[in-house]
Amino acid sequence: MSIKRVDLATLTTWIDGLTKKERVIGVQAKGDRFAFGPLARAADLRLDYDVTILPPKTFFQPPKETLMSFNKTSGYQSVVEDKPFVLFGVHPYDMAAILQMDEIFSQGTYDVHYMTRRKNATIVVVDVYRVSPNVFAGSMGTSHIEDGYDILITKIGDDYLVDGKTMSGKSLMLGLVAAPDASESWIEQRKMVWEYNKQRLRKHDLKVPPSKWPKLLEEGYDNPIWEERANLCYSCGSCVLVCPTCYCFDVRDETNWDLSSGERIRVWDGCMLTDFATVAGNHNFRKDKSARFRHRYLRKGKYVPTKIGGQIACVGCGRCVTACTANIANPVEVMNRLAEGE
Amino acid sequence: METTIKSQDDIYRPHLATVLKSEPMTAMERFFELKLDSGRELGNKPGQFVEVSVLGIGEAPISVSSSPTQKGSFQLVVRNAGNVTRAIHNLKPGDKLGIRGPFGTNFPVEGTMKGKDIIFVCGGLGLAPVRSAINYVMDNRKNYGNVTILYGCRNPVERLFINEVKNWASKDRVTYTETVDRGDENWKGNVGVITTLMTDMSVDPGKTVAIVCGPPVMYKFAIMSLYKTGMTADNIYVSLERHMKCGVGKCGHCQINGLYACQEGPVFKYADVAEVKEAI
Ligand SMILES: Cc1cc2nc3c(=O)[nH]c(=O)nc-3n(C[C@H](O)[C@H](O)[C@H](O)COP(=O)(O)OP(=O)(O)OC[C@H]3O[C@@H](n4cnc5c(N)ncnc54)[C@H](O)[C@@H]3O)c2cc1C
Ligand code: SF4
Ligand code: SF4
Ligand code: FES
Repeated sequence: MSIKRVDLATLTTWIDGLTKKERVIGVQAKGDRFAFGPLARAADLRLDYDVTILPPKTFFQPPKETLMSFNKTSGYQSVVEDKPFVLFGVHPYDMAAILQMDEIFSQGTYDVHYMTRRKNATIVVVDVYRVSPNVFAGSMGTSHIEDGYDILITKIGDDYLVDGKTMSGKSLMLGLVAAPDASESWIEQRKMVWEYNKQRLRKHDLKVPPSKWPKLLEEGYDNPIWEERANLCYSCGSCVLVCPTCYCFDVRDETNWDLSSGERIRVWDGCMLTDFATVAGNHNFRKDKSARFRHRYLRKGKYVPTKIGGQIACVGCGRCVTACTANIANPVEVMNRLAEGE
Repeated sequence: METTIKSQDDIYRPHLATVLKSEPMTAMERFFELKLDSGRELGNKPGQFVEVSVLGIGEAPISVSSSPTQKGSFQLVVRNAGNVTRAIHNLKPGDKLGIRGPFGTNFPVEGTMKGKDIIFVCGGLGLAPVRSAINYVMDNRKNYGNVTILYGCRNPVERLFINEVKNWASKDRVTYTETVDRGDENWKGNVGVITTLMTDMSVDPGKTVAIVCGPPVMYKFAIMSLYKTGMTADNIYVSLERHMKCGVGKCGHCQINGLYACQEGPVFKYADVAEVKEAI
């Protein structure tokens, strides 16, 4: 049996042990908010966080990464980051987003940069216990997750259920051999936590099930809402930068002072930025703010889903809702409005 | 050493190529002939593109202008439009650059076009990619019916491949006509937009395929003129340009609504994009 029941002291000792042996990335406080970062000791880990400022995608597709180095004599050499790490404290909705990204970066043409980081990661998911102000994962079917992680931790009362799913998860849990196995009734209680979270993680009242999004968006292509909302848009791109399922990028060269060597880098980019679709001759295929605004929604609710087996590319984390100063980026409001016309 | 692309290889790593020829074509465009250092053929199909890297500057998508019937090297036409394309212009024979690809869909020279009459409608730089298909057809002449090539430019000095065009025009069952938006003192040919060449074309709609490639404004009007001849969206192919960064369906830049221009395009059957709102 690989599900352990662990008290806080044991959990702390175990995590302290991990930080000594492994490169651990964990959730920590950053001012009055939370962020993933290198974890030195268990005391810094905040499994009671509500949501992180940036999603964990930063460890698979960093905001800026080197794809290759080049020099005049030997041409281009791939640079692939190949270091194992433990990603500790991922919420289920973010795990759902990672699984979507895995599909995108591995299907068809295989992205060795993303996938190598991904394969090096052992992911510890923790079921949400503090609810963030804008989350609606409960409506998106991502408030809990039963697959894809290596270890799942669920807080029940004062104790923790630690469930090793994969080989690498189980081997990290060797430090917990002495802890008692979780009883059937405890495992039953976990289901209640999941049920409870499904209800709790609904800070916005989504009136349309995700399964209806593609059709609603298709029919709503000419809906006045795009124009209305986009009028207030600053084209700042915050909504896409904080999104765990957004992965668009730009590629640039950075040359060293010798002018004959340097690096090709990949940086985050986003379809809400003005020149995302501009080509030479200054022709912008999505010149209007409303067209870019609409594109973001259609991508989340229709275009990307067709690439990843129908899953909606919004996991309801609510980060865009918080990030948007114009207060227009909330997918729930947009989808509810589109549904009104029904 | 070059190896064939395995799925686990880095899809972003360019392969080195050497410039064999670099010649001016117009004030803005240069012609390049390149060879992969691996000795491997590029293996392009007419209408596909490559991602061209200039060391230390960056990468840009450029159509392959030569037909795969030409072996040993391949050709590009590059307009100086910014950082990367300017740097390409500065390359001399013997200089190296990086090539990824070929990428994207192609004109159906071995599919729908076979056995048919063909109309090529090209505007400006649009002749560069279409030339790969024209030369493919010329090199396999017996497989195709009558060929009509229509070429429109803003003014006479912007015309590309003037000598090659004369050669095409001299061939049996080939009609070539050209026009410019504005003539100059030496220009004796047609003046007007490309659709003025299409008014009295005789077309057998059931056995004709049309290829359209040019600046964004051209498509709607060219297609309307083709419709007037009785042609349908099923027999019209368009090559569409979009901002492209990766060429392999990841970066998101090239999307035309849900379509990825780098993989599902750049060549689309018009019937497949006629209803796609961002396409034309
Ligand atoms: C499928 C395809 C085939 C093409 N074939 C040819 C060709 O045969 N000959 C030719 O001269 N040009 C061709 N182009 C256009 C060429 O890719 C752009 O002119 C070039 O990318 C501009 O890059 P730059 O670094 O020189 O300009 P920049 O300095 O980067 O920018 C100049 C302008 O070009 C736009 N731009 C930048 N990057 C791209 C990009 N990746 N794709 C499109 N626009 C971009 C910018 O938004 C800006 O408006 C093709 C483009 C595509 C998508
Ligand atoms: S669209 Fe907004 S709520 Fe949905 S996953 Fe992205 S950031 Fe989270
Ligand atoms: S965060 Fe808000 S203002 Fe900024 S681009 Fe997104 S929708 Fe527009
Ligand atoms: S060019 Fe990157 S997705 Fe098409």
